[in-house]
Amino acid sequence: MNVAFYEKIWMWAAGVLILAFLVTIAVGVAGSALQPPSHVETIDPTKVWNDPRFSKRGVTVDEHGATVIVVAMMFAFQPAELRVPAGRPVTFRLTSADVTHGFQIVATNGNTIIIPGYISQFTTVFREPGEYLIVCNEYCGLGHHLMSAKLIVEAEGARP
Amino acid sequence: MTRTDRLPLAHLWVAIIAFGIAAAMAFMQALSRASLDLPWRSAKMYYLSVTAHGVLMALVFTTFFIMAFGYVVVTRALLRAPAVPGLAWAGFWTALIGTVAAVVTILAGQATVLYTFYPPLQAHPAFYIGLTLVVVGSWCWAVVMLLSYRAWRKEHPDAPAPLAMHGMLATVIVWLIATVGVAAEMLLQLIPWSLGWTKTVDPVLARMLFWYFGHPLVYFWLLPAYVIWYTVLPRVAGGKLFSDPLARLVFVLFILLSTPVGFHHQFMDPGVSAGWKLLHTFLTFGILFPSFVTAFTVTASMEVAGRMQGATGLLDWLGKLPWRDPLFSSVALSMILFAFGGIGGAINASYGMNAVVHNTAWIQGHFHLTVGSAAALTFMGTSYWLLPRLSGRELELALLARVQPYLWFLGMLLFSFSNHITGLMGMPRRIYDASYGGAAAAHAWRGLTEVSAAGGLLLFASAGFFILVMVGTALAGKRREPDPILWAEPLEPVSARRTLLDRYGLWTIVAVILVLIAYAYPLWAHLRMARFGSPGFRPF
Repeated sequence: MNVAFYEKIWMWAAGVLILAFLVTIAVGVAGSALQPPSHVETIDPTKVWNDPRFSKRGVTVDEHGATVIVVAMMFAFQPAELRVPAGRPVTFRLTSADVTHGFQIVATNGNTIIIPGYISQFTTVFREPGEYLIVCNEYCGLGHHLMSAKLIVEAEGARP
Repeated sequence: MTRTDRLPLAHLWVAIIAFGIAAAMAFMQALSRASLDLPWRSAKMYYLSVTAHGVLMALVFTTFFIMAFGYVVVTRALLRAPAVPGLAWAGFWTALIGTVAAVVTILAGQATVLYTFYPPLQAHPAFYIGLTLVVVGSWCWAVVMLLSYRAWRKEHPDAPAPLAMHGMLATVIVWLIATVGVAAEMLLQLIPWSLGWTKTVDPVLARMLFWYFGHPLVYFWLLPAYVIWYTVLPRVAGGKLFSDPLARLVFVLFILLSTPVGFHHQFMDPGVSAGWKLLHTFLTFGILFPSFVTAFTVTASMEVAGRMQGATGLLDWLGKLPWRDPLFSSVALSMILFAFGGIGGAINASYGMNAVVHNTAWIQGHFHLTVGSAAALTFMGTSYWLLPRLSGRELELALLARVQPYLWFLGMLLFSFSNHITGLMGMPRRIYDASYGGAAAAHAWRGLTEVSAAGGLLLFASAGFFILVMVGTALAGKRREPDPILWAEPLEPVSARRTLLDRYGLWTIVAVILVLIAYAYPLWAHLRMARFGSPGFRPF
């Protein structure tokens, strides 16, 4: 195949650019374990409220950090207000009692889809104390835009 | 109008009507985004219009336009009537009946499940059956395309296929591989479940099957646009195609890489493990390459055109191009918008970074640059070129046709850029109301949402111009002997013998192997896992 000189340069440059993108991603994966939330764990979606993994909802704090248990439903998160410590790992465990929902902590990279029959899980650290808005970002019915919750990140020492 | 041209014309008109209804739906959403208190404005109406807009634009307008264009390529590039016209017409009516069933169900408020129709949201069975008929109709088209090519090949055993047909064959192959996924989702999961024959459905399996189809769907839209960029644009611009073999290579790469990439739509999903998402990420970046090559070849072809009109300087060839021709301006402007769309696509595909944009307004900003510009604006521009040549009527309201692409470009800049920014600020997509009870984070999006609405109004005006020109041409265009449909010639003559790049069976086999590598194990592992199905919900 006869390829013009300038086009050859362009094709090599495109190849190098794509490779650079991939190396960047690979470094993120290997170096800082930067992974999208990809937890694989199932649950009976019709028995969420009685399942021992979700019967006690809310925030539990221990020496390692915090665990947040939330059930999403049309059109609310239960519980709707969460308090977590700043600067420590917070693990979210989420499931749905009805349709597919989203869980997005606005102005952070906390973001996952919540699918009935499955448990979503991700761990993150909030550096900045303050109040964050959590929204559902997957269409779930006519009240989709009303589905939100509040995340309060408390500075270290703000509570015992 | 000849008898054989009735076939593409019928498809073209369904596409145009679907586009018009879909544009009206978008207008309602734009007003909603501006938070205007209009009497009929309601959440029910908003989500219904999002569903109708998505289905009519993404599935109906595109599919019917592409089928029309495919038949034009058979008659004008292979220079023969489509094989088995009865099957072609059966496909048309099947897809049309399916479209009407799906659209009526949506407008009756029985299928407000958006165009992604994720279960356990459950629509009326007529919605799923209707969309399945659209796909079945498109399969008839695909078979007619393949049979037409085979008949041509028998008479031309050694010649390479005309480039336009090469690109359309790639489109057909991608479509046939891709639609296996959505057919499985419809037939094995959604249709029996919506009819009450099964009680529950696994939503993660449905999403895997949907996105197995949903990403190559993007290339099903894009490849015919590329065919137009490579084989129509250079001729309209008054030049030649810069490189024929590279164009062939591009289409082959799309056959190979279009499908094994679907998990990049499911980065934020539970139930799909990270390793497979990473494999799909790598393949996704591979598919950037043919688009980079396209950007060079098509731009170089335009430069060739400018120089053939007498340009000699570094950039003065740009001024020699026919910017007043609606096909040329549509394609050129859609390429500029698509450059931004492509960069955004690379960002979306960047694995962990997807968390920043997933399901935010950024996404609607992104795909209005790709399907909404690279594909839709190219298809509109092509309609201005095609309709007079098929119907034997001169283009009416040519001034509107001349302005329309620029209006689309401007509207899309406002719409898309504002949505990219609000998306980065965390505004979710597809929400009726963005106030969130007056939350401070949501307040920051105001202003930009109004820019988005203004962009939407310009786009609606542009769509209206397009419909006026089409209808005006059909009703009042002056009858005359139509100009012939001619394809761009390459700078260097095409080799007389077909090469490895024209071995479609071989590339299809390689594509299927890649699909098996990317999907067989994750699907098998998923099906073996103990899972719980979901009953249906109709919160609309």
